[in-house]
Amino acid sequence: MKNFAMIAALAAAPFAAFATPDPADWDAVVAEAEGQTVYWNAWGGSTTTNDFIAWVGDRVFEEYGVTLEHVKLTDTADAVTRVLAEKEAGENDDGAIDMIWINGANFAAMKEADLLFGPFAEQLPNWAIVDSEGKTVQTDFTVPVEGYESPWAMAQVVFMYDTADIAAPLGSMSAILEWAQAHPGRFTYPQPPDFLGSTFLKQALVDLLEDPSVLQAPVSDETYDEVTAPLWAYLDELTPVLWREGRAYPATGPAQLQLIADGEVDLAISFSPGEATAAIANDQLPDTVRTFVLDKGTIGNASFVAVPYNSGSAAGAMVVANFMLSAESQVRQHDPEILGYGTVLNMDALGAEDRAAFDALDLGVATLSPADLGAVQDEPHPSWMTRVTDDWVMRYGSGQ
Amino acid sequence: MIGLCVTALVNNVPTVLRFLPALTLFAMLGPVLAGLWGTVLPAFGHIPAAGLTGPSFDPFHALFSWGGLGKAVRLSITTGVVATALSLMIVALITAGWSGTRPFRFMERALSPLLSVPHAAAAFGLAFLIAPSGWIARALSPAITGWDRPPDLLIVQDPLGLAMIAGLVLKEVPFLLLMTIAAMGQAQPRRSLLVAQALGYGRITGWLKTVFPRVYRQIRLPVYVVIAYSMSVVDVAVILGPSTPPTLSVQIVKWMGDPDLSMRSTGAAAALLQLGLVVLVLVFWWFGERLVAALGNRWIQSGHRGSHDRISRGIALGLGALAAVPVLFGLASLAVWSVAGFWSFPDVLPDSFSMRTWTRHGPDAFATMGETFLVAGIAVVFALGLVLGCLEAEYRSGRQMGRFGVWLLYLPLLVPQTAFLPGLQSLLLNVGADVGLVPVVFAHLVFVLPYVFLSLGDPWRSWDVRNATVAQALGASPVRVFWTIRLPMLLRPVLTAMAVGVAVSVGQYLATLLIGGGRVSTLTTEAVALASGGDRRAIGVYGLLQTLAALLPFTFALVLPTIIWRNRRGLHE
Repeated sequence: MKNFAMIAALAAAPFAAFATPDPADWDAVVAEAEGQTVYWNAWGGSTTTNDFIAWVGDRVFEEYGVTLEHVKLTDTADAVTRVLAEKEAGENDDGAIDMIWINGANFAAMKEADLLFGPFAEQLPNWAIVDSEGKTVQTDFTVPVEGYESPWAMAQVVFMYDTADIAAPLGSMSAILEWAQAHPGRFTYPQPPDFLGSTFLKQALVDLLEDPSVLQAPVSDETYDEVTAPLWAYLDELTPVLWREGRAYPATGPAQLQLIADGEVDLAISFSPGEATAAIANDQLPDTVRTFVLDKGTIGNASFVAVPYNSGSAAGAMVVANFMLSAESQVRQHDPEILGYGTVLNMDALGAEDRAAFDALDLGVATLSPADLGAVQDEPHPSWMTRVTDDWVMRYGSGQ
Repeated sequence: MIGLCVTALVNNVPTVLRFLPALTLFAMLGPVLAGLWGTVLPAFGHIPAAGLTGPSFDPFHALFSWGGLGKAVRLSITTGVVATALSLMIVALITAGWSGTRPFRFMERALSPLLSVPHAAAAFGLAFLIAPSGWIARALSPAITGWDRPPDLLIVQDPLGLAMIAGLVLKEVPFLLLMTIAAMGQAQPRRSLLVAQALGYGRITGWLKTVFPRVYRQIRLPVYVVIAYSMSVVDVAVILGPSTPPTLSVQIVKWMGDPDLSMRSTGAAAALLQLGLVVLVLVFWWFGERLVAALGNRWIQSGHRGSHDRISRGIALGLGALAAVPVLFGLASLAVWSVAGFWSFPDVLPDSFSMRTWTRHGPDAFATMGETFLVAGIAVVFALGLVLGCLEAEYRSGRQMGRFGVWLLYLPLLVPQTAFLPGLQSLLLNVGADVGLVPVVFAHLVFVLPYVFLSLGDPWRSWDVRNATVAQALGASPVRVFWTIRLPMLLRPVLTAMAVGVAVSVGQYLATLLIGGGRVSTLTTEAVALASGGDRRAIGVYGLLQTLAALLPFTFALVLPTIIWRNRRGLHE
């Protein structure tokens, strides 16, 4: 009997995932974390996000003696490539990256290639106050998270529009097309495969389909053409009336802010309901900009942090991930003056004081209230984004 | 007798000096060759970590089935060749028409600031100047144009890459002009020009016929470098170039960074194609040189004295101004953006000014500037030591560097960065080198070394060796000649070479990002990361500091010799 148990344990060992340091022994993690330096690879294109990350760094240093270095990426995929190169070279113990701001296709690729540390997310002390039921934090673009990344912010698609030029919100993708046809050259979106550009394509697809639930399953060759036909028909009509007739596109989401401020376009997509308010406060947008969502709702998802399998400072990274789930950090990121990112916390699980801090936030002129944000549409399976983006690139982008 | 002299010279060379050329070559070419090997493997489908084992031609099949390939390849070639040809033409015209005059001396002084503006910053400046919502349109609107909104015109990111060519020309004209001025010291243009003018040739015609052939021979390799660089540049192409499709190099970087790991092999295949394109274009250029030389000879023999000289000179000056003014306005726009409040079209200036951007980004930016200088400083000191050692070894052994040697020297500059840096990254990891400052310094050395050699080699060699003969006749040892005669006399070129080295190091983007694993951030990596977000205010701060980081050493190179040799006029003029 004893032997049997041992054999069972041995047989199970290769399949059970053990994380060292063990997040369940939190005191040991905190002790190990002290004095560690965590290199957080996160997209560096948004100055408000950079400021927030710097603040997180100050706080975890004060509280836990963890030094946080923000490695500013132009593209999260660079970090994936780096970890892959390290694995290729046998650097398995102390890679250059300790934490990555990640979700979607990058997460799916890293998880599939066994490049991630964990599971750890659901053992973090602050997981208890995360709204794991109500918010999509256990699946990432339909891929099960299984504790290999820790959520920290909620995002939902909104459209920023200049009320000086557009009288009322446009309730659907078709309404956006009609408006664009009446006002040629005044709308554009970031060029796919930019993340937000691909999001625009998904949002269009979700809104154009009668029943978007087919997008929850992976792409199949049989139905792909039929499902996406409305999208291509839509884009064929839209592209000629886009800014620069679709011959050039802004490189990223924030680049659209500059176009609105310059008066080149009047309408732009955003994945952060608070971005417009923050940008107005930073003089990056005219104060006449407001936001709207589509009548059928818009796509929403969570942003995560993940730890590469070869991080030498996994303890420090987990301490940072846990801190980012604290009410203090979540209130700050939710503040539109700071960042305006949605919280992943469950308001009912918070103490009265923390709850009050959230309630006291003035979300700002251009931010919709949670009620106005309306229904959240599920992210399609990542294979849709990949396939649709590749197709877009061939039809309208760099592959034409 | 001569044989004896040579033997005596060779025996004079200490062992250390004899090894230096080999060590220098290794420092420059080792990483390039290893990196290329690291590119060849995935290009033939060999990426073990992604479960791919080659060899196979799948990556090339994938590459050739990419719809944008034809346009991307055409763009790389046209932008590279046109930018180089235009730059060379402008430089030749300016030098022909104005060298030795007061406006030319003014241009010489303006050269260092122009050179030190990083490519990315210059590209931003240009984009903001010529865009439909840019400064020119704002200045004319609405009064003259009647626009109260920017017109929907495709000026920046045009499919032909014209804006990109303009951006490249802005940066290559100062570079080639610097190289031309350096080369003119040996060509003795004044005498030739006097003779030509005495024979009735116009100034430009006379210069082109008598001086240019000699000058061109010396700036040939820099011209090749400009071709290779322009064909494979990434940052300028991202900002000013088209994106539907982009140039081949931009697409390579995109493939290399694709979350689908197998795309790296397509990127590697494209990197080899890019390498082949550069080689091909250089070969064509070489034939072009022969053709121009033949036509030029006929032109020279025709004996035409040249007319329209005044008009040509005017055009030359206009072109020179056209190449310089946008950079200066671009810098000004960075400065204004860095202190701008809300600023909309068609306002020529922002609604309000504030130091908020500086208080927000200043502390980080200045800290990054420190790290930038640290990397640049170490790399340049290493480079200078190696280059001086090589030049001294060359001089003492009496063996001039052969043509092959010169080509080897230029190899790191002629190989597109995208072709070997990702491979180099894997190599460094394989030998267990920790990520961080040290590998980055060595990666920078690959690019800094040739440039330092390039700017120091000619002035060093053209130094009048009779000075050494006199000193040695008076009993000075070769070591003493080096330290007390040659080095002090060549202080200005040495400092200029160092400044060039710093500027090159400051401008490195891919090398810093890939080899540093993101743990080393310089002003350039930060600026390009910000660039993707399009926050012009933050770009203003980083772009200005980036320019400053490259400008300071040039200022030292200009001012120090004048101060140190203030009572020895011959040494600094």
